[in-house]
Amino acid sequence: MSRRRHSDSDNEGHPDKTNFKKKLSSQSTSSLESNLEGLAGVLEADLPNYKNKILRILCSVARILPEKLSVYTTLVGLLNARNYNFGGEFVEAMIRQLKETLKNNLYNEAVYLVRFLSDLVNCHVIAAPSMVAMFENFVSVTQEEDVPQVRSDWFVYVVLSCLPWVGKELYEKKDVEMDRLLSQIEGYLKGRAKTHVPMLQVWTAEKPHPQEEYLDCLWAQIQKLKKDRWQERHILRPYIAFDSVLCEALQHNLPPFTPPGHMPDAQYPMPRVIFRMFDYTDAPEGPVMPGSHSVERYVIEENLHCIIHTHWKERKTCAAQLLSYPGKNKIPLNYHIVEVIFGELFQLPTPPHIDVMYTTLLIELCKLQPGSLPQVLAQATEMLYMRLETMNTSCIDRLINWFSHHLSNFQFRWSWDDWSDCLTVDLEKPKPKFVKEVLEKSMRLSYHQRMVDIVPATFAALIPAEPLFKYKYEDESASSLPGYQASIIVGNAIKNRASNEEILTLLKDVPNPNQEDDDDEGESFNPLKIDVFLQTLLHLAAKSFSHSFSALGKFHEILKALTERDEGKLHILKVVYEAWKNHPQMIAVLVDKMIRTQIVDCAAVANWLFSQDMAHEFTRLFVWEILHSTIRKMNKHVQKIQQELEEAKDKLEKQQHKRVTSSNSEDEEGQLEEQIDRLQEKVESAQSEQKNLFLVIFQRFIMLLTEHLVRCETGSVDISTPWYKNCIERLQQVFLMHHVTIQQYMGTLENLLFTAELDHHILAVYQQFCALQL
Amino acid sequence: MLDEHTVANLPRTAICRFFTMSAKLNALVSDSYVDVSQYRDQHFKGNRYDQEKLLKQSHTLYVGNLSFYSTEDQVHDIFSKSGDVKRIVIGLDKVKKTACGFCFVEYYTRTGAENAMRFINGTRLDDRIIRTDWDAGFKEGRQYGRGKSGGQVRDEYRQDYDPARGGYGKLAQQHRPTEANNSF
Repeated sequence: MSRRRHSDSDNEGHPDKTNFKKKLSSQSTSSLESNLEGLAGVLEADLPNYKNKILRILCSVARILPEKLSVYTTLVGLLNARNYNFGGEFVEAMIRQLKETLKNNLYNEAVYLVRFLSDLVNCHVIAAPSMVAMFENFVSVTQEEDVPQVRSDWFVYVVLSCLPWVGKELYEKKDVEMDRLLSQIEGYLKGRAKTHVPMLQVWTAEKPHPQEEYLDCLWAQIQKLKKDRWQERHILRPYIAFDSVLCEALQHNLPPFTPPGHMPDAQYPMPRVIFRMFDYTDAPEGPVMPGSHSVERYVIEENLHCIIHTHWKERKTCAAQLLSYPGKNKIPLNYHIVEVIFGELFQLPTPPHIDVMYTTLLIELCKLQPGSLPQVLAQATEMLYMRLETMNTSCIDRLINWFSHHLSNFQFRWSWDDWSDCLTVDLEKPKPKFVKEVLEKSMRLSYHQRMVDIVPATFAALIPAEPLFKYKYEDESASSLPGYQASIIVGNAIKNRASNEEILTLLKDVPNPNQEDDDDEGESFNPLKIDVFLQTLLHLAAKSFSHSFSALGKFHEILKALTERDEGKLHILKVVYEAWKNHPQMIAVLVDKMIRTQIVDCAAVANWLFSQDMAHEFTRLFVWEILHSTIRKMNKHVQKIQQELEEAKDKLEKQQHKRVTSSNSEDEEGQLEEQIDRLQEKVESAQSEQKNLFLVIFQRFIMLLTEHLVRCETGSVDISTPWYKNCIERLQQVFLMHHVTIQQYMGTLENLLFTAELDHHILAVYQQFCALQL
Repeated sequence: MLDEHTVANLPRTAICRFFTMSAKLNALVSDSYVDVSQYRDQHFKGNRYDQEKLLKQSHTLYVGNLSFYSTEDQVHDIFSKSGDVKRIVIGLDKVKKTACGFCFVEYYTRTGAENAMRFINGTRLDDRIIRTDWDAGFKEGRQYGRGKSGGQVRDEYRQDYDPARGGYGKLAQQHRPTEANNSF
């Protein structure tokens, strides 16, 4: 596989500006300065002819290369010093871009743009008073009434996040105004609701590191910076070297910027919790880790997040950029990198990027720093294991998936003996449960015997069962079972390629344990029929996933007939589970196929997972993977039909435009209108099914949790059992993982389910969820 | 090597041209793991243009360097990490009809396949670095190895000993006395 290599020149021998910019970003200070000087000269010379292109490129750089902020603000500063008009046009272009990003809900990019503008104050491009005025306009959003808290949160965040870069300069020029600004912010922060915080914390414990709400943490950092008289020594500031040139430049005033008003469809960023797992005690030698409330910590984390945000699609580049972070010799960089990566992986509601990216990125980092990074990673894993008791269940899921996948790339080498403490407690406790699930996932990527080989013999109880089919009607010992004879007949019929009609006829003879002999009600639900047919079929097809899928496809007609009613759907799931209970991966893929081929529906799967039969498996990871996969399929189904409807509507609109010019399309229009009506009905029916699915799920949760809470109360027992923690966090997880979809049905949920009569433990979860976008 | 001396001495026209190219602003942040490789299927029915078009829209990946013992379950598990897998077709020896070290993975979405190219390609399955590449789409018959002996072409000519891929390459095996040949 060849990957296009970035070369210094493209095919025509012209300098590749991309690579040049990257070189610009990774030079030592003195050569960076001379490169900046050189590039500024080249660009200035070309302004008369290529001004718009240069403007566009620089604006994009500001938006998509935030970690190289000061390098490019310096460049703009040098250009402004040489060409005042260009500086003015650049500022105008940036403001236009800022308006666009805000209009399009691109809040992260907007932060980068505002930060760029604020650093331009340091480069004498923008006058400090006009920057302060913009900040004042931002903070005035906190005075708005009836707007979501997340809206004013964002405007406050933007201002605070610029201060490490420009606080000193602004205070020197406008200290009275800045003091006023900060005290306004302080007032706002004191009055903020923090209901959402528990739902977003990775650990429920405050020790050893409190999981702080992001604005609280940033405020503490800015307070400390102010106390240090805005002395900030970590940020790379190339413009300092050019001070003599830049201070001669004329500055521009930012045009007055009114924050766009609140729109009902605005999607403000979700609140976050700052993930910390390391402090200065953890890096044994070398540079000390900056404290949690130091502004250095903020800048480092922010820059590392930006690098990942920019380069996540290219793992080698991403790893290289992370490891070549400027100023890396003064900080324990490996620890910061590992902390930032785990912070993203464990972020609630969801990680910023797909989970598997982080696994591969960490592997790449281990390759580039084989002498140091693996040790930090091992140390981190050990720490995470130690703190499993208070870790959020969703985060434990991700840890399980990461760790097993990571191990599979390193021959499953791990010091399992270090974790033998997990063998001394009840297997439902977090530590042994974690090890069990890791081994189960590891087995999926290898095979059973490998698991036996890699762990000490003492870990035998945690090794998963061999993933074999359990055929009920295996042999003579099963001959007393009511379905035994029928299973032989049906098995032979299948092997002899009998037709579906023939098999259905054979199945008619299977006795119905639910029916009296002389009861002639006709087609009532016969669980034994399903049992016999499916057990036999799955047994014959047990060789591989493909064989089983093929079997489901071939006998689709029979399966549909057997599962016409809800009881049938529920029972077929039960049979699949009984047959494959040692191979949860197979259960998951079969359930997936059955939903996609409409043998069962999503609600049936939800009811099955919450049923009494599955109660003993309720805390196992595979159950929740099936549930979330089911919800996702439902969501994608609705989205697909909605899209079809939109496309049909667009087509109709185009037709109607054409009708003005040609008169032959009335028929087509009529057809389209009919199609739109049908699709509209389909959308409504799909949405109804989706709403029903969530209602079923939440209802079941409420029943289970209420039962537990009542039982504990009457028995005067502590409610916090491992089961309870798992269950309540799984409820949280449903809200978090599908928050966009669930938000549509809030009204119904509040009226029907999450009413004031509910136990406050359960209601709290709902209220925390509501607080996420309030 | 581009340094400030070179930059200062660039002819005007050169600068003009590279700005035209830099106007493709996405070049600032590339996505090279998703690029189509140089490989083209020689048995593809259609011209190069058709093949490339299909590759650029494809949801299907070819996966190579698998162990002969890697199962569909394992392939399904690892490739599900980048998206929902629609279908897996395990590559088979044309004669023996046993797994011969490659497979096709088809996703429901293009994104699933792209993320596999970015994050699963070049990592390990069964301790082996597996390779993924875009495929124009599975067609019946493409699940068979195209080597003369029935397996993959690469296993015909290789000289190394790979226990997970039948030991020595087929050509090398002919020159080596095997246990079977020696024992009577």
